[in-house]
Amino acid sequence: MTPADRARRSAAAGAIALSGPATLLLLALFAAPLLRLLALSVAGGSLAAYERALTNELYLRVIFETFKIAAIVTLLTLVLGYPVAYVMATSGRAWQLVGIAFVLLPFWTSILVRTYAWMVMLGRNGVVNRTLIGWGVIDSPLPLLNNLAGVLIGMVHVLLPYMILPVFNAVKNVDPNLVLAAVGLGAPRWRAFLRITLPLTMNGVAAGVTLVFTLSLGFFITPALLGGGRVVMVANLIEEQVRELLNWAFAGALSAILLALTLAAFWGISRIARTRSA
Amino acid sequence: MAAQEVKDAELRVDGVAKRYGAVVALGGVSLSVAAGEFLTILGPSGSGKTTLLKVVAGFEFPDAGRVTVGGADITDVSPAKRNIGMVFQNYALFPHMSVARNIAFPLQMRSVSRSEIERRVVEAMALVELRGYGERLPSQLSGGQQQRVALARAVVFDPTLLLLDEPFGALDRKLRESMQLEVRRLQRRLGLTTVFITHDQEEALVLSDRIAVMDGGAIRQIGAPDEIYDRPADAFVAQFIGESNLLVGEIAAPDRVRLDDGTSVTVRGLGGGRGRVRLLVRPEKMAIGSATNRFTGTVVEAVYLGEAHKLRVRVAGGVELMVRGHHAVSTGASVTVGFAPEDAHVIRGAG
Repeated sequence: MTPADRARRSAAAGAIALSGPATLLLLALFAAPLLRLLALSVAGGSLAAYERALTNELYLRVIFETFKIAAIVTLLTLVLGYPVAYVMATSGRAWQLVGIAFVLLPFWTSILVRTYAWMVMLGRNGVVNRTLIGWGVIDSPLPLLNNLAGVLIGMVHVLLPYMILPVFNAVKNVDPNLVLAAVGLGAPRWRAFLRITLPLTMNGVAAGVTLVFTLSLGFFITPALLGGGRVVMVANLIEEQVRELLNWAFAGALSAILLALTLAAFWGISRIARTRSA
Repeated sequence: MAAQEVKDAELRVDGVAKRYGAVVALGGVSLSVAAGEFLTILGPSGSGKTTLLKVVAGFEFPDAGRVTVGGADITDVSPAKRNIGMVFQNYALFPHMSVARNIAFPLQMRSVSRSEIERRVVEAMALVELRGYGERLPSQLSGGQQQRVALARAVVFDPTLLLLDEPFGALDRKLRESMQLEVRRLQRRLGLTTVFITHDQEEALVLSDRIAVMDGGAIRQIGAPDEIYDRPADAFVAQFIGESNLLVGEIAAPDRVRLDDGTSVTVRGLGGGRGRVRLLVRPEKMAIGSATNRFTGTVVEAVYLGEAHKLRVRVAGGVELMVRGHHAVSTGASVTVGFAPEDAHVIRGAG
């Protein structure tokens, strides 16, 4: 064994030792319960739970709704988040810090608190409706709570930072001289943006889209509180099966399906991102 | 790139001033570059040379002054409409576009037809000797090749002006020298009015028709390379370009200067009058065993340069003189050095 081999081997041993505690923790608290749940879903060697989830029209609709909501939320966070990230990344250092603080501030507040805050904001007599009526923009309150609109507002709010931060990072990594060069070569600012900045930040967009979309698929609290029972996502369905019906097998099957679909979405998005950047 | 058409592309900069807060980057700079001329702006970092280039390119707008090209005032024209080719310090090639697409970019922005773009891209790649590299990405090229792409991209759309912002900084010495000559050949062939920014005096001397030496946001001297080297206007220029011995003293007679250490030297070209002066004597004009203006001292450093020997000689009064000659002298030796009366350049008004 050459000294280089030995060094490499001891470095590898060091890496295993350092990551050991975290690995054990994940195995015990995450992998084990997950496997147990998967085992429950095929209890008695039967795939009946899966058959029921994947053939019953009601459940298929919930799965479809979940994907639809995730897609809309992803699109909205992208449309709202990209400009914010762009302005932050291209402004001075002081404004950048202010921007990051405002983006991260919600992170330090519990998601439950934020969701309840939205209930106060969006209700029939909530801040939003009263302000709009006060200004004379609308005559009667808009239905913003206990429906899809409420769920979308709440989810977009919670998930925006996951879009803004990777895009911010990507825009910051674009050499400002590239944009200057494009402008100097005859491109108006907007064309320089479309031809240079946007394509060079697609990796950040892909990261943001992956994060927001996969996180959206498993959302539970926001649809439960702001959807008022009228918006049901897979996670709400699972909770109902466990808490009210004690149907662990079916809950396990739904969880497995959600996990599989999430992984598939993750794989699909990263594949698209790879071929686009190649 | 229609060959050799005569363009009226004289660049004039008139009283251009720019300040950032309390810092004066440009304090009313004026210069003109004749059509087809290669002008180098030479200065240390912070001298304002980059700001001046940005003002010409349109990336910075001056607080005062005008910029005209071929008689047309472009001071308030957006950079996209100035038709100026620029090579950036780090080339600024678009990393996600192939070589051919990088070069095609300025033509696409000008809505040139597809077939015309194809023809001109091929022509430009041939011009910088990059035939067959069209499909490569910038990251797959060497530094020299990247620079050729940047150059091709900057000239492919027939710019009225070519700006080069320290483009050779990232290249190793050998490559740098060959690229310098290549850029100069290309510039002559296309007849492009060119402004070149550098802090490297050697590069400036090799490439330029004229050199403008900048410091503190102002032009200290502008002239042909030999003029700048042989007859610097002030001590800053003398010290920034080449190596120099500066002897400080007072005019004592029409052809004599009494130096501060008490010795007296004979000098031509004092032009009468009184007052304090600096005498610039280049190291290669200092000779061992000279007949006139002799100083005796000890060699404190001897460096062999291949084509010459460089000596540092400490003479009376602790003054150190640089001498460049063809004789090997070892450290510690006692020597007599001096210069001919016509080899000193007089700089008036030394403090």
